[in-house]
Amino acid sequence: MVCESWKAKLDNCLDGELPEEEMRGFDAHVRNCPSCSADALARVQMKRAIQVAGKRYAPSAEFRKRMQQKIAAKPQRSFGLGWTLAAAAAVILVVGTLTSAYLGTRSGRDQVFSEIADLHVATLASSSPVDVISTDRHTVKPWFQGKIPFAFNLPELQNTEFSLLGARMTYLDQTPGAHLIYDMRKHHISVFVFQERSLPAGLDDNSLSPKQLPFNLETWSQGGLRYFVIGDASAADIDSLAKLFKAAS
Amino acid sequence: MVFFVGYGNKTLVGWFTLVCMPEESLPSESFEQLAMPHFERLYNFACWLTQDRQEAEDLVQETYAKALKGFSSFQPGTNFRAWIYKILRNAFLTSRTGLKATATVPLDLEGEEEALPVVKETPESILLQRSDGQIVQQALEQLPIAYREILLLCEVEEMSYQEISATLAIPMGTVMSRLSRARKALRGGLQQQFAKRMN
Repeated sequence: MVCESWKAKLDNCLDGELPEEEMRGFDAHVRNCPSCSADALARVQMKRAIQVAGKRYAPSAEFRKRMQQKIAAKPQRSFGLGWTLAAAAAVILVVGTLTSAYLGTRSGRDQVFSEIADLHVATLASSSPVDVISTDRHTVKPWFQGKIPFAFNLPELQNTEFSLLGARMTYLDQTPGAHLIYDMRKHHISVFVFQERSLPAGLDDNSLSPKQLPFNLETWSQGGLRYFVIGDASAADIDSLAKLFKAAS
Repeated sequence: MVFFVGYGNKTLVGWFTLVCMPEESLPSESFEQLAMPHFERLYNFACWLTQDRQEAEDLVQETYAKALKGFSSFQPGTNFRAWIYKILRNAFLTSRTGLKATATVPLDLEGEEEALPVVKETPESILLQRSDGQIVQQALEQLPIAYREILLLCEVEEMSYQEISATLAIPMGTVMSRLSRARKALRGGLQQQFAKRMN
């Protein structure tokens, strides 16, 4: 019985993931138990074999040099000049701080919108824009299981002009999300869904698309998720699809 | 005269910090100092994921470009290694090879854990002692990507369960159960390799 208890924790012990007290108990048990001792030895051998086999590939010197050049530090600045500039910067900082909260939020928001537009365009330009091809929301929704760390509802599209073309996984700011593609009178519209907490603050609810974007975009937050609907369809059509999602969530 | 053009509060403060700071703590240097020690290991990990050296180079380049671009969002004092490995893994998952690899992985990887068989002196453990590592490499190559990556992070990168959890964005419980299953799958693969050599 004691052995069974230790065997269940054997990998955790050998990975050094048990509390110190349990590790001491395990050590004492192994010294007096040939079965657990042999088991531990075999697993240690396996760990070592993976360690050796896993260190298989080494980059070429040329590749390393190339990478180092790409991320090399900037040239050294004069420290005295730095302080002179810093004094000037302090003045700018005072003025800048007053406006930067507003502008910073706008800048962060615009960057997210810009990336959403990039994702939309890049996907439509791809030869395989979707990973799951289906018009059935009951096929598309389960496809995301295990791929993204949240669940969301897709709207019923009967009696609407929208049809679902498929979906794919996507990433924004290193965060996984869902990308759904809809068709409406030959216009392709993307719907992106991400966890709200993973995105910058200041993405105002119902923000209208920034002027510099060549698409209509609508975004809102609902149930801890951030939705983006983007496409070259009219603002009214984008809003219609957004309303369907809001009603479904 | 315009000294500086920027919008964000953070950017302005960042520039102020940049000119006041001694050379050794410039942000760009900090990135290099933090990132380059991981270069060889990231490349090795990328090769294991992609199974192709050219693709691995592209993946590492993309990782460093994204990490440098997003470095301002990295919280100093947190785990840089987990952060950059996560970037690499996410970049891989969205690549053509990554999508193909994950599309072929069974979805029930995290099912109920079965009891592991007792491993004593077995033919494969004897073989392990005598082999040159090639047999383990072949068994690793044939593992599903989810098993291969978690074994490499644990055994080769020697990451703690907490670091693995952060890198793969999965709970600690899943790290333990997936590792256990990955080890079991590797043992199964080794047995097959052993059987092949015996025939």
